[in-house]
Amino acid sequence: MNLKDKLEQLKENSLSEIKSASDTKKINDIRVHVLGKKGPITEVLRGMRDLPADERPKVGSFANKVRDEISEAITQRRDELEIAKTADKLEQEKIDVTLPGVPVKQGQPHVLEQVIDQIEKLFLGMGYQVVDGPEVEEDHYNFEMLNLPKDHPARDMQDTFYITNSILMRTQTSPVQARTMEKHDFSQGPLKMISPGKVYRRDTDDATHSHQFHQVEGLVIDKHITMADLKGTLQQLAKNLFGEEREIRMRPSYFPFTEPSAEVDVSCFKCGGKGCAVCKYTGWIETLGAGMVHPNVLKMAGIDPEIYGGFAFGLGPDRFAMLKYGVNDIREFYLNDVRFLEQFSQKG
Amino acid sequence: MKVSKKWLDEYVPVASIDADSLANKIELSAVEIDDVSRLEEGQKKIVVGHINSLVPHPNSDHLKICQVDVGEKELYQIVCGAPNVASGQNVIVALPNSWIAGHNKIKKSKMRGEVSLGMICSLQEIGFSESVVPKEYTDGIYVLPTDAIPGQSIFPYLGMDEDVIDIDITPNRADLLSVRGVANEVAALYDKKVNLPRPEVKEDDSSNISDYLKAEAPIDLAPTYLMRIIKNVKVKQSPLWLQKRLWNAGVRPINNIVDVTNYILMDYGQPLHSFDYDKLGTKDVVVRLANEGEKMTTLDGEKRELSAEDIVITNGSEPVALAGTMGGANTQIDDDSQTVALESAVFDGHRIRKTARKEKLHSEASVRFERGINVATVKEALDSAAQMIAQLGDGQVVAGVAGDQRANQSDKEVKVSLARINHVLGTDLSSKEVKEIFARLDFGVSENEGMYTIKVPVRRWDIEIDADLIEEVARLYGYDKLPATLPAGQATPGRYTKTQKAIRDTRYLLESAGLDQAISYGLTTPKKAQRFALEPALQTNLDFPMSSDHTTLRMNLLSGLLDDLAYNSARKVENIALYEQGRVFFRDDSTEKPREVEHVAGALTGLFHEATWHGDKKKVDFYLTKGIVTFLLSSLGIKNGARFEATAQHEEMHPGRTADIYLNEQLLGFIGEVHPSLAKEYKLKRTYVFELDLEKIIAAPKDELVYQEISRYPIITRDVALAVPNEITNQQILSSLWTNSGQHLVDIHLFDHYQGEHITKGFKSLAYTLVYQDKNATLKDEVVSDEFNKAITKLQEELEVTVR
Repeated sequence: MNLKDKLEQLKENSLSEIKSASDTKKINDIRVHVLGKKGPITEVLRGMRDLPADERPKVGSFANKVRDEISEAITQRRDELEIAKTADKLEQEKIDVTLPGVPVKQGQPHVLEQVIDQIEKLFLGMGYQVVDGPEVEEDHYNFEMLNLPKDHPARDMQDTFYITNSILMRTQTSPVQARTMEKHDFSQGPLKMISPGKVYRRDTDDATHSHQFHQVEGLVIDKHITMADLKGTLQQLAKNLFGEEREIRMRPSYFPFTEPSAEVDVSCFKCGGKGCAVCKYTGWIETLGAGMVHPNVLKMAGIDPEIYGGFAFGLGPDRFAMLKYGVNDIREFYLNDVRFLEQFSQKG
Repeated sequence: MKVSKKWLDEYVPVASIDADSLANKIELSAVEIDDVSRLEEGQKKIVVGHINSLVPHPNSDHLKICQVDVGEKELYQIVCGAPNVASGQNVIVALPNSWIAGHNKIKKSKMRGEVSLGMICSLQEIGFSESVVPKEYTDGIYVLPTDAIPGQSIFPYLGMDEDVIDIDITPNRADLLSVRGVANEVAALYDKKVNLPRPEVKEDDSSNISDYLKAEAPIDLAPTYLMRIIKNVKVKQSPLWLQKRLWNAGVRPINNIVDVTNYILMDYGQPLHSFDYDKLGTKDVVVRLANEGEKMTTLDGEKRELSAEDIVITNGSEPVALAGTMGGANTQIDDDSQTVALESAVFDGHRIRKTARKEKLHSEASVRFERGINVATVKEALDSAAQMIAQLGDGQVVAGVAGDQRANQSDKEVKVSLARINHVLGTDLSSKEVKEIFARLDFGVSENEGMYTIKVPVRRWDIEIDADLIEEVARLYGYDKLPATLPAGQATPGRYTKTQKAIRDTRYLLESAGLDQAISYGLTTPKKAQRFALEPALQTNLDFPMSSDHTTLRMNLLSGLLDDLAYNSARKVENIALYEQGRVFFRDDSTEKPREVEHVAGALTGLFHEATWHGDKKKVDFYLTKGIVTFLLSSLGIKNGARFEATAQHEEMHPGRTADIYLNEQLLGFIGEVHPSLAKEYKLKRTYVFELDLEKIIAAPKDELVYQEISRYPIITRDVALAVPNEITNQQILSSLWTNSGQHLVDIHLFDHYQGEHITKGFKSLAYTLVYQDKNATLKDEVVSDEFNKAITKLQEELEVTVR
């Protein structure tokens, strides 16, 4: 057999071996065996010196070609095997993506706090400050400064927990307004404030009454504040809390600290105003009280009602939350059943 | 105030307006409407029947078999069990297939073997409230007048076809507590004219009031006090038309005298009182304040002890009525009364309110005196009532009126300008529009250069200042027509104060740590208020609590949280992590008003994490809770320096598992396990809690947050395991290590804590990693080893610990 035939044979054998190699180790063995320094190709090339000079280049180039072909076959096969191996590994690593994820432990803000937060953010955005005041108040601020002298019949509307003759649990957050008005320096600009907080009434707790609940009062005093401004502001509030499509309706009402006064209804967010059980088939839900600050209230706080005026409104986050989420027992808010608290986890 | 539309229509034309529209108009322009109803609604086929004859039911000792003429050819046989059923009566008959109140259908039936074609009804059965049914008919069927025609529908007979609008009056609009007041309002709303009939009294000149009595009243107690005498009166049932009026106003008919006073009360809003003149036993009626402790028995049979604040009507010596609230039993009209002394007055509302509150005697009369009455119609109402009593009782009105009328009846002048109206409302109303509105209200207007002088009639005593007039303009113009704008003017920043922000951040931090926010009651029991005290203070108690569970202001938040935990636990919710942020109330000797301090507290029990397929469960324990507190403090800017000191001083807490938390020498709060015996009281498993004075945390000095450059050089660590006697704390070891280490030690952390096998009893094994780094160079191993060995040697000298 001449060298060329030998090479031809070697090539065929090697290629067939490479093809059937089943792992990279085998491939490596073949490489070492065929292309190594002691391998047959090296041997062929070494035997070239016995060839006549004119044949050498021919055989040499043939031998190189065979070596390249084998080398290429080895690379190709090795890549094939690598890919197959990876695919196999990935196949092995397959998981059940429907198994549950690891729970994230995140506490929830109380639903009433969520309502208050939402109101605070709206009004902060409109340039209001948030003002806190004492829960244990003086009769003076809770009633008298709000145009509710002793023996005023409207005091019957709010049954009060007294601590002494002159100290009481505030029945509304309006005393905070009285306190703030007294102190406000109008040379620094208008007074725009809300005061959220707990209030107390002498009531027996049942599904619709609670001796403790929350209130957010709002107040704006400046030189030119109109009832139209009140209406526009409350429209923003209704849309912010109950949805963009909501409308408001104002009706005459009575509060000792405002004149004119208004009761404010929001178009029913359940039925959109067509009438349903939530709105008692009226299309409207009573949500809050408001009005133009009574001149007596301004005077008592040392503000000249001829120059300054403004509006005030008061709303109940408890009632809002009950309406918004269909909670039908106000006591739920203060029992703190975890199954209740954790329902209000939806944000955005 | 229940107003029959039919009655209203006599004063202002509303017949063409349907009741719902009328109610809606009132609601949008004046006051709320509670209800619009018509008693006949949902009922049908109920007619007048005449009982021709009746026989006892053979199989019953109380049923009777009646033959009833219902206007048809044949008599109807109806079985009736009412005790007062009798032959010859005109009665209310529900025919077969009729509907009566409560959505009940009446069918032809057999009662103990006898056919009954329908039912003879009581007033309650056709929807009348028990409270308006005349006393003699409350336990039986109602008997109609003899002229009722069999077969005719019962509804018009009994006024059940009238629309009744129930108006919910705000305290300022007491002028709407009368049909005449409502008529004036409706006239203004619809731009109509009222037609209010004025009574004409036919006086009997054969005698004069002065022959009967004089009446005197101090002006401050009763600015107007008037009396008339009606003589030769027969007390009897009122005619049906009057009873209908009262029914629809929600009032029970009693007799012609009392019914007239109630009718006038509803018509004019003027409370009246009728005395039996012969029982007065005097010719001198004197109004005065009661003597302290004076006694009288009121109409309801109650013996009352009066105070010096109560206004009484006396016969010169004894009280005969509690003014404006209730008459006395001793001068009450009865069936034999013949001479009526009728009182129409204006009493001091504040005193009436006090008396009504004290005696729990809030009545239709007292409410009107409290909120005000139309002082212009006191005499008119008296005249009207006297005339009616004379007419319905076949008597005569004695000539003359006793007493004085001193209440000011003249119109009030209030000024307001057009500019002011538009300024407050944000409108652009013209003078013409505004004047039209005042004309609708029937207020006199004169104008001088844009300034109106409005003559407000006495009937609208609620209007006193320009703001009141502006409200009148706004509501008649229509609140719905006001534009909607936002306040213009100087811009103001809207932002939280530092404290407000810190309080809100506290909430977000605890929520992100996995605690749900609770809001508990601020009022609790004295015992619970006092627990978990962070500072010594006095309790603040309600003067007159409503329930024994809520008498005292809380002085800690944990009691509320434990109540919450117990509530959950009792409902089989056993893994709970709650926090609360709110105020506690501390009082000292010198004040009535407590100091209000913002606290934050947390309570955890059960599992923090339940076991999942992917991980083990995690029970709450001291260290988990401590981790939360540390996270909170550090996030609020107290990064170093908060010290946890073991304490056994809190009686509500586990003595071996509680720490006070200090910042320098200031106590911020405490953390630990609730004492097992207290936990047992709440039926709770092991419970871990903390309570912190949030204001102290907010006020604490904090390091400015400055960025620390991250070192490019590697860290080197050394581990050490120590055998430590149980009484030596981690804190002691850390202090020693920090004190005795060089500048390169940057962190120490405990990675193992072990007790048990291979450790001597009374000892524990603690293993620490010490982390070294040089900010500016690569540390050499030898340097670290040096520092480490020195520190460990010192540690072993200082404390009784050994390297394991």
